[in-house]
Amino acid sequence: MQLTKEEQEMLDGKYGNAVKSSMNILVSLGEIFGAKRLIDVASVQIAGVSYHNLGDAGLDYLADLAKDGKVRVLTTLNPAGMDMENWKALGIPEDFADKQIKVIEAFKKMGVVTTCTCTPYFIGNVPHYGQNVSWAESSAVCYANSVLGLKTNREGGPSALASALTGKTPEFGMHLDENRQAEVIVNVDAGMETITDFGALGYVIGKKIGKKIALIRGIEKASVEQLKSFCASIATYGGTALFHMEGITPNKTTVPKDSVDVSQPELDKAKEEMNDGEEPDIYAIGCPHLSLKEVEDIAKRLEGKKVKKEMWICVARPIKRTAEQMGYIKTIEDSGAKIACDTCMVVAPIKGRFKCLATDSAKGCFYGRGKNSFKVVFREIPELIEEATK
Amino acid sequence: MTELKGRKVMVGKAEGEALVSTDGISFYGGVDTETGKVVEKGHPLEGQCVTGKVLVFPTGKGSTVGSYAIYDMKKRGTAPAAIVNKEIETIIAVGVIISEIPCVDQIDIKKIKTGDKVSVDADNSKITVN
Repeated sequence: MQLTKEEQEMLDGKYGNAVKSSMNILVSLGEIFGAKRLIDVASVQIAGVSYHNLGDAGLDYLADLAKDGKVRVLTTLNPAGMDMENWKALGIPEDFADKQIKVIEAFKKMGVVTTCTCTPYFIGNVPHYGQNVSWAESSAVCYANSVLGLKTNREGGPSALASALTGKTPEFGMHLDENRQAEVIVNVDAGMETITDFGALGYVIGKKIGKKIALIRGIEKASVEQLKSFCASIATYGGTALFHMEGITPNKTTVPKDSVDVSQPELDKAKEEMNDGEEPDIYAIGCPHLSLKEVEDIAKRLEGKKVKKEMWICVARPIKRTAEQMGYIKTIEDSGAKIACDTCMVVAPIKGRFKCLATDSAKGCFYGRGKNSFKVVFREIPELIEEATK
Repeated sequence: MTELKGRKVMVGKAEGEALVSTDGISFYGGVDTETGKVVEKGHPLEGQCVTGKVLVFPTGKGSTVGSYAIYDMKKRGTAPAAIVNKEIETIIAVGVIISEIPCVDQIDIKKIKTGDKVSVDADNSKITVN
């Protein structure tokens, strides 16, 4: 790989240990995956934030980098294992909270914006079309590449952090236009109206084509929230970093020869498969984190009602602040529902506390089952609210 | 004695008994970092311990948090001595780089059997099976 003089000096240690070890990761990856050079990134989204996932070893790793590491570009964080302010009310143990606070402090010391959300694109991390970025978080990667037209590989925690501390990433994979062309046409013939329709569509397409890049046809319109749900689902069940949706997403693509069809019965079956038919004891909305519009809708539906079940509304803190200003948060909290910022039902350490999760998130169903051993129920937000307040 | 040529992912040398999996491995959720045992239900290596082994498998899979899980195992002393892959992907690559575990890929792993004594010489992109 060709390095500039400055990049070579970064690798040699002239800019300190954090830069040196970060460069080592990026150059090693670049050489393994055939990159010719490093390129500048416009922003970074870091994963590996929950202490639950990092453990003490991960915390030490971050603390070590924080000794002399400073981010060079706008860098935001994935959700943590708890609400950084309201953790007690969500039943998070004190020893866990201590460690989680240390993790966030290490990131803050490096200059990372400690917003802790899987929807960085809702809170100001939005470079312009075509820019290279280094993002982790599979749903945000898929949204960045497909909906925003940014270019990013599916980064992990350490590689994204290495990009933040150097402002660089090796140029391979999704950064090259030849790797961003559709590989299979997906013809959708089904009613696409709601969030769970789009979640189920991601489930079906993801299982059908895996990591392949789809050119999806037959969708007339899609809201930002529906695309958010779709990205999370297709990335969870298939693993793709990019899709094209004809008439909706902005990237150009060549048209592939192969095609597959998706029918209404397949979508209905997907919804059934994400439904274990048990009585939920936790209702959680906001995977990925909610938009301001969704918080408003939820507040309207909860107005004057009382929830009878544990209910979590998961949002990024900046969205919560704006929602507070509009009075939505008071309405939601008056109903007894809990606002969970900085975290969600997927990353919080709640295994064993609940048995059955009800959610509108297809991704939430996957991790609820796999990570927390929950049964799951997959429903639209209006239905969830109606059930939880009955 | 067979010498297999591959590509270096992380430099270093190590020796150990081979533990070979026909399926991919997820270090986040698929392996218990405290004990080094594979815990993924239905995995060909379920219940087996990877600690100190030359761990041979086709490729990584699962969550990107797996890189930190490998690092965690290295710090606890439960990590494999070396990793040999058919085709590396970024989770395992980042994991072995930050943990400094010798690793070689592009190896014809069908030529290695569990229990074989394997020397990994990642500096020279090769392994030797005895």
